Amino acid sequence: MAEAAHNTQDGETTRRDFIYIAGASVAAVGVAATIWPFIDQMNPAADTRALSTTEVDLAAVPEGQQIKVMWQGKPVFVRHRTAAEIASAQRDDFANLKDPQTDADRLVQENGEAGQPAWLILQASCTHLGCVPTFVEGSAFGGWFCPCHGSDYDTSGRIRRGPAPKNLLVAPYLFTGPTAIRIG
Amino acid sequence: MSGPSTYEPKSGITRWLDRRLPILRLTHDSFVAYPTPRNLNYWWTFGAMLSLCLIVQIVTGIVLAMHYVPHIDMAFASVQRIDRDVPFGWLIQNIHSVGASMFFLAVYIHMFRGLYYGSYKAPRELLWILGCIIYLLMVATGFLGYTLPWGQMSFWGATVITNLLGALPLVGESIKNWLMGGFSVDQPTINRFFSLHYLLPFVIAGVVALHVWALHEAGQNNPVGVDVKSKADTVPFTPHATIKDLFATTLFVILFAVFVFYMPDALGHADNFIPANPLQTPPEIVPEWYLLPFYAILRAFDFNIGPIDSKLAGVLAMFASIGVLFILPWLDTSRVRSMRYRPIARQFFVIFVVVCVFLGWCGGQNPGNILLKAGQFTATLSWVAEGQLSERSIEAPTAAQWQETADAAEAEARSQGADMTAVTRTGETTGTIRVVTGGNPELQTVEASTPDLLEEHIAEMKAEVGQAAPFYTVVRSLPPRFTVTNFSQVLTLYYFLFFLVILPILGLRERPDRVPDTIAKPIAQGAP
Repeated sequence: MAEAAHNTQDGETTRRDFIYIAGASVAAVGVAATIWPFIDQMNPAADTRALSTTEVDLAAVPEGQQIKVMWQGKPVFVRHRTAAEIASAQRDDFANLKDPQTDADRLVQENGEAGQPAWLILQASCTHLGCVPTFVEGSAFGGWFCPCHGSDYDTSGRIRRGPAPKNLLVAPYLFTGPTAIRIG
Repeated sequence: MSGPSTYEPKSGITRWLDRRLPILRLTHDSFVAYPTPRNLNYWWTFGAMLSLCLIVQIVTGIVLAMHYVPHIDMAFASVQRIDRDVPFGWLIQNIHSVGASMFFLAVYIHMFRGLYYGSYKAPRELLWILGCIIYLLMVATGFLGYTLPWGQMSFWGATVITNLLGALPLVGESIKNWLMGGFSVDQPTINRFFSLHYLLPFVIAGVVALHVWALHEAGQNNPVGVDVKSKADTVPFTPHATIKDLFATTLFVILFAVFVFYMPDALGHADNFIPANPLQTPPEIVPEWYLLPFYAILRAFDFNIGPIDSKLAGVLAMFASIGVLFILPWLDTSRVRSMRYRPIARQFFVIFVVVCVFLGWCGGQNPGNILLKAGQFTATLSWVAEGQLSERSIEAPTAAQWQETADAAEAEARSQGADMTAVTRTGETTGTIRVVTGGNPELQTVEASTPDLLEEHIAEMKAEVGQAAPFYTVVRSLPPRFTVTNFSQVLTLYYFLFFLVILPILGLRERPDRVPDTIAKPIAQGAP
């Protein structure tokens, strides 16, 4: 005891210092381990995550039409494109694009396989601030138009004009049959 | 500041209490005997109004929580039920929603007061910072509360704001999902927003206690910004400040009541009376009026800054615009507190207030709206009608030489008598050239008041001409214009310049007015 006090006065490391640091470290780990469940509980719950895929029957969508389906609580466009829309999308592959991407790249499925040009699966939220764009109405490029701040997307969902920084996001999808896809 | 306590318990009960829990002594020292500068003006009465607002919001909020249902299918209807069916629900709900606006009105005046009279300077830095924390908590509480009625503006406001956090690099997406409790604003979101909206006002109350504590430790600032020199410079809080606060608060409550009883929804957005619909975006998304200036700063950034894209830049600027308030005590280098004696700073301050008001105005406008323009927007469409159309493919040796090859092909076609040519790229090195020979060249000009309308008119013109033209040359003339976004950019620039450049430099350069001796010197004591 006397020796320990002596050492402290000299500014040397003592066994007591070690105990303080070790004790504080264990306490810090304990606090972190206690706090973590209270933080993590706010993350998406198992049932929310379980809703993360959506099956779509494509047979119900005639050519030139699109449907909005909900995936993870967000709307997704499933568009059955016409030959003219496909042609226009492919023609513009090398046009002056803000976020350059070819139409074929935007059709690629989740597993890396090429998609079908007739089916375009897009997340229906404008990359500017998340509004839902409308189809054709207002679009100078024959695609989608965001009513909030005027972002204009072409028939491949690529941004052509307006404030949005990126193309409409492609929803990850996979053909599970000739006329069925799974989103997510 | 307060000095030794002057409280003397008068009855047996209070003497008994004073020995065990001197709460009456604390109250007496803080709100009765507390010396307050005798020259305070009415700008110093907003603290009392803010306390009232906090109490009103907590009381009405607790009552509303007894009837409100935090569920995506029932929240909207439950608020309507409160307004229509619950006894006096209409009154309590109106007080709560108008109360939020009144709270912010009072806090903004309170903050501008602090700015003008230099109430953030030593020894009141912590007092000011605690105030900034309260303001930040108020913003968070206001935002959370606005989500709860689950109208269109609630839903889309929450969507836009949570999307903003998604702009942060790397962690943005995780933070966003963590906050929403899912992949979109949905049931988990409204549930936790309700819980947090209930919690935060009590956190605010706690920080307010610290704010008042710090205030009573440092003592109140006053309009001349000169420290209180003696007891002669002060008056007891009660009755002087109490009655003055009461009078000002009464006027405030009258204004409050005018809104509650005559125009309870005037400060909100009509779209919030439409139930939330995740599939349909309202034509414009705007926050409540008290957040509009920050919304304008957010949207002022429509350009990338180096590696920071426009969206992230806007988010950072918005947070920085509040963050800068926290370091204000060290940004303002002037040793003179009150702007009453700072003739130049005072002018910059007035401009600053005007800038904040206009930022609010910009936040409520469509950012593309044109305020000033040099002339009409015109476009000239030219095409060749009834010509011979021919098409052939061209190929460049490498992708880099594409432009060269295309230009050469066009030049060649023209030299062979083509009236119009157009090249379309179809691949890395391939493309087609279309050539029109013969026919009649045609020309049409369209005019519009905005670029968007111009594009519409061009599309209409093309539809009108239809098959007669194989393709067009469109020459647009877009004269310089000044939009709401440009205006916001100018205002945002001033906002930051004021704090980061004007205050630091001016404090060192400015020659303050002389404070009259009657104020600066303690003549009451010094006189022989």
